[in-house]
Amino acid sequence: MIKTDTLIIGAGPVGLFCVHQLGIIGLKCEVVDNLDKIGGQCIELYPDKPIYDIPAVPECTGEELTNNLIEQIKVFKTNFHLNERVEEIKKVEKKWLIKTNKGTEFEASSIIIAAGVGSFEPRKFPTKEIEKYEGQQILYSIKDKKIFKDKTVTIFGGGDSALDWAIELSNTSKVILVHRRDEFRGMQASIDKVNQLKDEGKIEVHTKYQLGSVSGNEKVESINIKHDDESIKKIKTDYVLGFFGLIMQLGPITEWGLNLDKKTVPVNTENFETNKEGIFAIGDICTYPGKLKLILSGFHEGALAARGCFKYAKPDEKYRFEFTTSSKTVKNRLGVKE
Amino acid sequence: MPRITYLEDNGKSHTIEVSNGLSVMEGAVQNDIPGIDADCGGGMACATCHVYVKEEWFDKLPKKEDGEEDMLDMAFEPNKFSRLSCQLLVSDEIDGLTVSIPSKQG
Repeated sequence: MIKTDTLIIGAGPVGLFCVHQLGIIGLKCEVVDNLDKIGGQCIELYPDKPIYDIPAVPECTGEELTNNLIEQIKVFKTNFHLNERVEEIKKVEKKWLIKTNKGTEFEASSIIIAAGVGSFEPRKFPTKEIEKYEGQQILYSIKDKKIFKDKTVTIFGGGDSALDWAIELSNTSKVILVHRRDEFRGMQASIDKVNQLKDEGKIEVHTKYQLGSVSGNEKVESINIKHDDESIKKIKTDYVLGFFGLIMQLGPITEWGLNLDKKTVPVNTENFETNKEGIFAIGDICTYPGKLKLILSGFHEGALAARGCFKYAKPDEKYRFEFTTSSKTVKNRLGVKE
Repeated sequence: MPRITYLEDNGKSHTIEVSNGLSVMEGAVQNDIPGIDADCGGGMACATCHVYVKEEWFDKLPKKEDGEEDMLDMAFEPNKFSRLSCQLLVSDEIDGLTVSIPSKQG
C-alpha cells in the first residue's frame, strides 16, 4: 500500500502541471496512467504537431511541452505508475483507497482526475461474432511473439505497428497483411521492407480489404475478408492481429458515483471538486459553465484543485498563499539555491 | 444558414442549420446529435467524428488533406465515402449536405 497525499489519474500536461502545484504547496502525489509513457494525448496523438496557445510559449510540439513539464516537476521526484489503470476507489473513514488493474494499492486523502477523454484502449474489429476469440486468437497487442511460431498470422492495419509486426513475424510465421487501402502510412523504410518481403513471397499482402467475418469453433479457423467491391476472399489463419491505433474510453471512472454530463464530470469552479468529497477533476474531463478544452485552462484548474486538496491532506493546518518569486519555503521545495 | 442533415445509424434524421465556418462535427456536437464523439475536439487526431457522406455529395466536397486518410484507417468500419466531420467546413456550397453516422465510433 502506497500512502500519499493526492493520487493523480492521468499523466497528460494537466496532470503534470498539477504535480507542480501540489509540490509547491508541500503535498506529495503519485500519478497513474494507462499509457506506457508520460504525456497523454500530447504524446500519443500529436507529439510532432505544433501547439500555439501555451502562454509565453509561442510554439512548441506536444513532445516538447511534455518534456518541459517533466523538467519542471523533476525536483519533486514523483512516482509514475504507467501501463496501469485505476479500477476501484473506496472511501474508508477519511481516506480514499485506490486499486489499479495491476493490483497496485494507494491510500490518499484526495484524488485528482486529469484523465482527458479517458484511458487509451486499442481499437477493436467492428465484427460482432469475434468476442469469444478476443484475447485468444484475435489480439490487439503482442505480449509473447513465440506463440506465433510456425503459425499463420493475419495482420490488419496500415501503420507502423502493423508493418513492424508483419516484418518481424515473417521470420517465423506465415504472415498475411490486410489493409483497407493501397497506401500504407508507416515509415517509408518499413513500407519498402514489406514490399520487398512481398516480392520475395515472404508476406502475402491484400489491400482494399477489411475483415468480413470469422469462422471457427473453439479456435479461429478461417476468416473472410471483404474487398471494397464487395467480393470476398477466404483465408485460413491461426491468429488475427488488429493494429488500428488507440481510442479513448472513460472506463471505470463511470462506476465511481460521480455525476456525469455526457463524457465529462461536472465540477465547481472554486476548487474543481466533483460531487464526491475529496475527488477533483481537471482538464478535458471536467465541465462547468464556460469550460474551454484548452491545456492552458487545465493548468489553472490544476492550480486551484491542488489548493483544494490541501485541507484533506493537512486538516489541522491553514493553507497560506505564497509566490514562487518571494517565498523561501516554496523556493526550498523547488530546490532553488539562493 | 446552410442546412446539414445527420442520419443516425438507427435511421433517425436530424436536419440542422449550421453557421458558415463551423465544421460539420461542431454542428453535430453543439446540437447534441448522438454518435459523433469528437474526442480530440477537432484536431484530426482521433477519428471519432467519422461520417459517411452521401454518394452524390462526396465529390462536391473539398478533397481530403494529408493526414485525414491516415486517421480514417483507424475509424470504425470506414468505406470509400468516409470523411472526418471535423474536416468538413460548412459553407453555402454544402447547403443540404447529408452525412450518415456509423453505428459507433470505436
